[in-house]
Parts: sequence; structure tokens; C-alpha cells
Amino acid sequence: MTDTAFDTAPAVDPTAMKVSDEVAIEISNMNKWYGTFHVLRDINLTVNRGERIVVAGPSGSGKSTMIRCINRLEEHQAGKIVVDGTELTSDLKNIDKVRSEVGMCFQHFNLFPHLTILENCTLAPIWVRKTPKKEAIETAMYFLEKVKIPDQANKYPGQLSGGQQQRVAIARSLCMKPRIMLFDEPTSALDPEMIKEVLDTMIELAQEGMTMICVTHEMGFARQVANRVIFMDQGQIVEQNEPEEFFNNPRSERTKLFLSQILGH
Amino acid sequence: MSNTHADTVLYVRDTMLPQSEPPASTIGPAGWAKQNLFSGWLNTLLTVVSAAFVVFLLYRLLPWFISPTWGSDSLSSCRALFEEIGRDHEGACWGVIRDRWQQLLFGFYPAELYWRPILSLILLMVALAPVLFVGKVPAKMLIFSVIYPFMLPWLLWGGTVWMPIAVIAGFGVGYLVFKLVAKVGPGGLAAIVATLATVLWWLFLTAPVAYGLASVLPLALEPVASRQFGGFMLSVTIGVVAIACSLPIGIVLALGRRSDLPLVKWLCVGFIEFIRGVPLITLLFVASVLLNIFLPPGTNFDIILRVMIMTTLFASAYMAEVIRGGLAALPKGQYEGADSLGLDYWQAQRLIIMPQALKISIPGIVSTFIGVFKDTTLVSIIGLLDPLGLANAIRADTDWNGIYWELFLFIGAVFFIFCFSMSRYSMYLERKLQTGHR
Ligand SMILES: Nc1ncnc2c1ncn2[C@@H]1O[C@H](COP(=O)(O)OP(=O)(O)OP(=O)(O)O)[C@@H](O)[C@H]1O
Ligand SMILES: [Mg+2]
Repeated sequence: MTDTAFDTAPAVDPTAMKVSDEVAIEISNMNKWYGTFHVLRDINLTVNRGERIVVAGPSGSGKSTMIRCINRLEEHQAGKIVVDGTELTSDLKNIDKVRSEVGMCFQHFNLFPHLTILENCTLAPIWVRKTPKKEAIETAMYFLEKVKIPDQANKYPGQLSGGQQQRVAIARSLCMKPRIMLFDEPTSALDPEMIKEVLDTMIELAQEGMTMICVTHEMGFARQVANRVIFMDQGQIVEQNEPEEFFNNPRSERTKLFLSQILGH
Repeated sequence: MSNTHADTVLYVRDTMLPQSEPPASTIGPAGWAKQNLFSGWLNTLLTVVSAAFVVFLLYRLLPWFISPTWGSDSLSSCRALFEEIGRDHEGACWGVIRDRWQQLLFGFYPAELYWRPILSLILLMVALAPVLFVGKVPAKMLIFSVIYPFMLPWLLWGGTVWMPIAVIAGFGVGYLVFKLVAKVGPGGLAAIVATLATVLWWLFLTAPVAYGLASVLPLALEPVASRQFGGFMLSVTIGVVAIACSLPIGIVLALGRRSDLPLVKWLCVGFIEFIRGVPLITLLFVASVLLNIFLPPGTNFDIILRVMIMTTLFASAYMAEVIRGGLAALPKGQYEGADSLGLDYWQAQRLIIMPQALKISIPGIVSTFIGVFKDTTLVSIIGLLDPLGLANAIRADTDWNGIYWELFLFIGAVFFIFCFSMSRYSMYLERKLQTGHR
């Protein structure tokens, strides 16, 4: 679908990016229901530190729900999720701890419209991490520079383009110095020319060794950055493989069907 | 494809046109009138009819209004004056305002102590300034805004200065207890114990402590009894207290109503629906009559205080619903954005949710404020002398027996000034918060 948007991106050699043996996220036998609807069925997934995982699958397959369980925006009802050694239970202290270690970017950015870009970025460090204001501003400017919008720092989110807003959202998460980043379709609300700028930012993050789980339909991104692609359907993980194998040699029928639809073959 | 078409449309401008004036009929007062008053036969007709109506009203009202009766000191002297100058129609008898304006403003508050309510009003402006005009007034002045609520009752009712200080000390006691308990137990427990300690302090220790200190160092203002309060001073006092307290209580109720904890939720829903289902007058009657039955005999629970509590509760319930509307209008993404950054519930509410929800609710909040302020006139029904109650009292005087319109006009004008300023302020605030957003 969007391979083209990616043609000009710098080539990345996935093998160059290190994956350690240390486990960052461990999901075992996780199940979730919305009322009587069984959205996630027996999910097992282990993510090592430094891994870059792309989650794909048809609409309604539970991709968002799964990654939202990782920072407890959704509650799972059975099984176990351990993030960075902390198990997610209903204990609020653990939840806030995990959330401050795990950054998340949303499809609709979810920036705070009443705060400037800079305030968006310094808010959580100041209130959650208790960073002194001056230091928080320095960090924020550093990351805004990194996503290439330091000159917009004093504007409001409503004054920025979609691509810029999504990059601000990434910078806002990075200001918390997270060890894991979750992306839920970060480019699907964007125009094609903005997709690239956001993906570039994400590639850069991957190259620096960030542990990432990314729900996306950007198959070009998956090929270049991911070291594992996970395919979900009907609330289950149907197939997971290295990107080359996944795209060139899909095993299950569902995956084949999905790929043929999404790649337009 | 041939390019003959392109040839025929080729065009190059060789002289540039200077900028010219718009047609005279669209600019200036004439242009404005044409666009807004006479654009089409229906609008022209409506304009003419409305203008005729306004002229007619003024023609009938102005002669009554312009009436040289400022100096008269009774209704009969007004009538004598009309006779004397040979006016064949009656006019307004403005003497009543000159004679009684102090009473309309202050009730039966001792005249030599008028400086106290006046000072309270001025200080009210000072206390409000940093809240109303954030960024334009030094934020340090907020300290005064916090102290003012404790100063106000002391200034108005008088008594020993140790009373408000002892009341403030209650917060100190609560804070200390919280710190102590938090060291050994969970934060929730500490909060409950601290609240309990504060309330106990207010109920049982504040008065003895204040009087104890007063006997050592007697610093006091001459006391004024509640039944001497009246007029706009009473309305403004009740209104300001109800307005100032209803906003935070309303916020808490609105949050409570959306809470996941069933007990909290049903308590809030029950409270809001009960209060909204009962007329304010009923609550005021409860305050004036029924509470006496339930309170232990001999307790001196001030009537104005009781009315303030009832008005505040009444306003809070409406406020809660207005704010709930604002909360409901916020996209779910804002909560998720806050959660995903690790902000806890109260931080998210305070920093992300409330600023936006309150902004959305400004028109509703200010409408509620204005409504509450006007509703303070209902206290005349339970015998408090608000401006309307005083109007009755003034009429009871033989000098002014039979005078209505002049008093009502005056009272209406003063109310209008207050309410209109509130509504203008809300427009200012909306404009100010608008900048930069979407
Ligand atoms: N709050 C909810 N209550 C009930 N059902 C829900 C809720 N949220 C999602 N669902 C259902 O759960 C299923 C999985 O939703 P989810 O958002 O995880 O899908 P997705 O894979 O992210 O889809 P998309 O690609 O469209 O974003 C869907 O069938 C959806 O209708
Ligand atoms: Mg989704």
C-alpha cells in the first residue's frame, strides 16, 4: 500500500541493530474480553530489549487492544504481562511506574491542545519525574531538535501540521526517557508526504536501540526496521517471522490473503 | 493533442491596475446601514417597525423618567411638587432613592461602620484580580485571594480577630495530622483522618482557642448581628460565597459522578438529582425553619450562614452538571494521553482534563453564576432583607407607601451591572483562552 512513501528513506540494515537477551516485555497466556466478546485470545509474546516489532493484521483484529494492554490503557482479565520486571496488576503504583517507562504514540497524536508544544513535552517530566523545570526544558528542546521542530516550541498543537504534531507526540514520549516505545498506527491519520517525516523519526529511534512495538500498515517500514513481524487476526497471533520471510514466504492462508490485499498484488 | 486552444487563451497584461476604493454604498455608516438594516424589503420593514416601537416606548417613558423629584422626602411631597409645577401626568418620585439608597445597599448595618462592607468589596476586587486576570496581575497576589475568604466574615460580622486565625489554624492542624499519619499508614487513610481532625478542630476547639487568645490579646472589631445585614451587601455576600464555593464543589461532584467507584458515584448522583429536583425556596425554608428543629436547642447557627450553605449546595448541583457536560465533550484521547505519560488521576484531572473541560463550560458556568446571584433575591421570602425585602420594608413606611417602580428600577439597574459584568467577563475569558487553539 505505502511502500512508495518509503522509497527515499535511508537504508537500514536490521542486523546492525543489537538485540540483547534481556527481556523487556513478557506476555503470557493473556486473554481479554469486552463484555462477552473475546478480543484477545491466549496471547504469548516475549520482547527482548532492543527489539523492533511490527504488528500487522486486519481491522478489528485486536492489535490496538494488545499494545494498549502493555501500558494498561486496557485491562486484561487473564494471563500475565510483565514489563521491565514489573507485573501489571490492579496496583496503581505499578501501573504508573510502567506507564512512565513505556512511551506511547497514538493515531490521533493526543497532544494537549491547551498547552504549548514545549509545555506538552515538559509536563510529565516535571510532574511525574519531578525534574527541575529548567532541566525539563533543556531535555524537551533536545528531543524537539531531534524530531526537527525546535522552532515550533512555543506554538500550540492546533497550529502545527499533522506530521509535526505526531513528531511532537514522539518527542513528548521521549522526554520521559522511556525504555520501551509503543506506536499505534502513528502514520495512518497523515497525508503521504507527512508519513515520511514521521517514519524517519521512528527509524532514527530504532537505530539508537529503542525497544519498539509498532502497529502499522507501513510495510516498507516493517521490512527495513523490524526484526520481527507479528500478524494478528481475530484476537490471536497467527504468524510471526522475520520481515523478509514474512513478506516473501508467508505460511498461513490468512497472512497470504492479508498481504495480497494490503500490497495490492 | 493540438495546442490551438492554448494559443487563443494566451494573454499578457501590460498595465497593472492601481488599487481602487470599494463602492461608496458598501462602506461607512451608510454602507453598514444598507447591509444590516435595509437589505431587502423584509429587513427594511422590520427595521422601521422596531424603530417606531422604540420611539413610542421612549415617548411614553421618558417624561415619567425625567422628573425633578430628587429632593422630595415623601410620596406626598412628590405629588405636591407635580401639582405646583403644573405637570398633568405623574412622574417618577426619585426622592425615595436619595432617601433610602444607603438602606438599599447596606440594610440596617450601622452607618458608622459602612466602611467595613465597602472595604470588603474593595478587597474582594483585589482578591479576585489574580484569579480573573491570570498573567496580568502578579501571581503572588494569590496569597491574598486565599486569605480573603477568612477575612470577609470577620470584616462583616466583626468580633475577635482570633476567630478567623483559629479557623485557618484548622488547616494547619489537618496538614500536621496528615503528615503524621502518612508516615505510618497509607495516604488515603491519612487524608480521611486529617479531614476528621480538621472538622473536629473547627467544631470543638476553634471557639475556645479564639476566645482564649482574645482574652490575652483583645483585638476585635465591633460585632454586627446578622439581622442588621441587608440590601445589596447581603445579596453580594451570599452570591459571592455561593459562587466561590459552588465551583470547586461542583467540580468534585462532577468527577464523583463519573467515578468508577460505585459508592462515590451513587452518592454524587443522589445529591445532584435531589438538589436539582427541589426548588431553591424549599431549601431556604428548610434552612430557616426545619434546621432549628433538628439542631440541639440553644445552638446559635446563624441564619445567613444557613442560607449561604443552602444556596451553595443548590448552585453546586447545577455547576456539577454544567462541568460534567464539559468533561463529556473532551475526547477520550486526552485521558489516554495523560495516562500514557504516567500522570496519576489527580494530576491528569488538574493539568489536562479540568483546564479543557472548564474552558468548554465557561458559558454554562457563568450562566449558573448569574442565576445564583439573581436567586439570592429569594431570601426575602424567609424574611431576610435583601433589596427586594427592603423594598417592601420601605413601602411599609408611611412616607413612601405606594412606591414601586422607582425602587424596582434602581434594584434592577444594580443587578444588571453585576450580571452584565459577569457575562462580559466570560466573553473576555473565552476570547483569551481561544488564542492559539485550533
Ligand atoms: N471499548 C470497547 N468495547 C467493546 N469492544 C471494543 C472496544 N474497543 C474495541 N472493541 C472491539 O475489539 C476489537 C479489536 O479492536 P482493536 O481496536 O484492538 O482493533 P485493531 O486491530 O486495532 O483495528 P484497527 O486496525 O481498525 O485499529 C474490535 O472488534 C472492536 O470492535
Ligand atoms: Mg487500532
